[in-house]
Amino acid sequence: MPFIQDGSMFQKPPERSDAILVEVEGRSVLVPRGASAAAAALIAGLPSTRTSPATGEARAPYCMMGVCFECLLIIDDESSQQGCMITVRPGMRIRRQEGAREL
Amino acid sequence: MSDSFDLVVIGGGPAGLAAAVQACEFGLSVALVDEQPEPGGQIYRVVERAEAEGRARGLGDDYRRGLDLVNAFRACGATHFASHQVWQVESDGRVFTSDGTTSRQIDGKRVLVAVGAMERPVPVRGWTLPGVMTVGAAQILHKSIDLLPEPEVWIAGSGPLLLHFAAEVVEAGARIAGILDTTRSSISRAFMAHGTGALRGWRYLAKGLGYLRKIRMANIRRVTGVEAVEAKGDSQIDRVRWRVGSHWEEAPAKGLLLHEGIIPNTHMTMSLGCAHVWDAHQQCFRPLTDAYGATDVGMIAVAGDCGGIGGARVAECRGRLAALGIAAALGCITDEERDHRSEPVRREFDTHDAIRNFLDALYAPAPELLAPPDDVVVCRCEGVTAGRIREAVALGCRGPNQVKSFTRCGMGPCQGRMCGPAVTGTIAAALDTLPGTVGSFRVRPPLKPLRLGELAALGDGESAE
Repeated sequence: MPFIQDGSMFQKPPERSDAILVEVEGRSVLVPRGASAAAAALIAGLPSTRTSPATGEARAPYCMMGVCFECLLIIDDESSQQGCMITVRPGMRIRRQEGAREL
Repeated sequence: MSDSFDLVVIGGGPAGLAAAVQACEFGLSVALVDEQPEPGGQIYRVVERAEAEGRARGLGDDYRRGLDLVNAFRACGATHFASHQVWQVESDGRVFTSDGTTSRQIDGKRVLVAVGAMERPVPVRGWTLPGVMTVGAAQILHKSIDLLPEPEVWIAGSGPLLLHFAAEVVEAGARIAGILDTTRSSISRAFMAHGTGALRGWRYLAKGLGYLRKIRMANIRRVTGVEAVEAKGDSQIDRVRWRVGSHWEEAPAKGLLLHEGIIPNTHMTMSLGCAHVWDAHQQCFRPLTDAYGATDVGMIAVAGDCGGIGGARVAECRGRLAALGIAAALGCITDEERDHRSEPVRREFDTHDAIRNFLDALYAPAPELLAPPDDVVVCRCEGVTAGRIREAVALGCRGPNQVKSFTRCGMGPCQGRMCGPAVTGTIAAALDTLPGTVGSFRVRPPLKPLRLGELAALGDGESAE
């Protein structure tokens, strides 16, 4: 099951031969080439991608164009990465960020 | 690492691309720095790849037109720093960028800020819930990777982009749950006030009516006269509520896409200390410029929507005009040649700008967007409500910077980009004064959060020289 998609608000992306396999929260997800890490999290259907360090509330990508900083993710073990500005690479590991970044 | 150019263009949208092409034509050495991997900006996002994948045609002729611009840019000889985020610009022409690992200094005799627009933040109840995004965000996902919303997703708000996207979804064979239209004026009312411009810009008017027709033909529910929208749910949206007059209605929702128009991205020009004015028609701040986009900070010019919203074609014209102004300022062409060559560009500009007053009047944002009710979160990063901003004003705060130190509003990672308009608006309403009088957050460096390692890499490069 390369595409997961439990509760995504987006339809399953069209399957193309050049799709890229990434890992979202430890699960394999096939995403279109050129997708951002934040898009991969949305395709994976994660209910939220982080919790706010200020309020503890669940948050998810909002603007997808580098303005709102809601899509901060842990990408390949590096925390506070702006997920919408980073293009997926094969094998990229994308994880939710709980609260403040790990220093 | 350090490089020097006659002109450093920041932003790879229509304004930046057109400026780079025009400047290269006059023999200027040009660098174009863009945070995206491929040229086109948000409007022509990944147009080359979409064309190669056979998807560009489906995204419309207006989108596909971006190919000409991108091709001209690829051929013009400018140095393209793709995937480079600009984290600082100095008024002497130094531009600092990072590609995520290494920082770089790029020096320009002139710097053209062409960083475009952002969607107006839409602070409504529940807008921080996962599943609430912007229409622009969904459109980026469609253009870049062919993603379409599920049919249980709602769209709420106002403006040309909203209708464009809804029509685009229908055209792609998908559906949305419905449109909650918050437009307060009407086409006929806006036409009464700005009919001449609307007629001159009839192509845009026809396009808009075409979107509405497509939406109607697809039997997409469109609720007009919506005065309030809320997202509901515990840790994720599951319902949307809206009010028409005094009547509230509610429906299940898998997602909600908000849009209330676009505003200039002024973060960079504000950090440079350029003079800004409050634009009462567009309800936003914009930098003050001359007819060629030059600001009051000597080396800095602006082009495109970051200087005031005009749309893609106007942005392209402004890019060319800015390049003409810069070429003359650097002595590459005479002032006479600049003026002569500007004439046809200004005519083209006027053609595409004619519709603007009509659009601004039709899609003017509701006052509650700039001064939301007390319980609405304004600062997403720090979770600060409009009520707390009003409390700070009651305690004597007179401007956004004071409110920031009282409430932490604007101190999070987005650096006030999302809360800025509502902070200014809420203070202005509370003090019964104009947003222009209240002013905006002072923008502090760096423009984007930066890891120490990225900064250290800059020092390495410098000492090696």
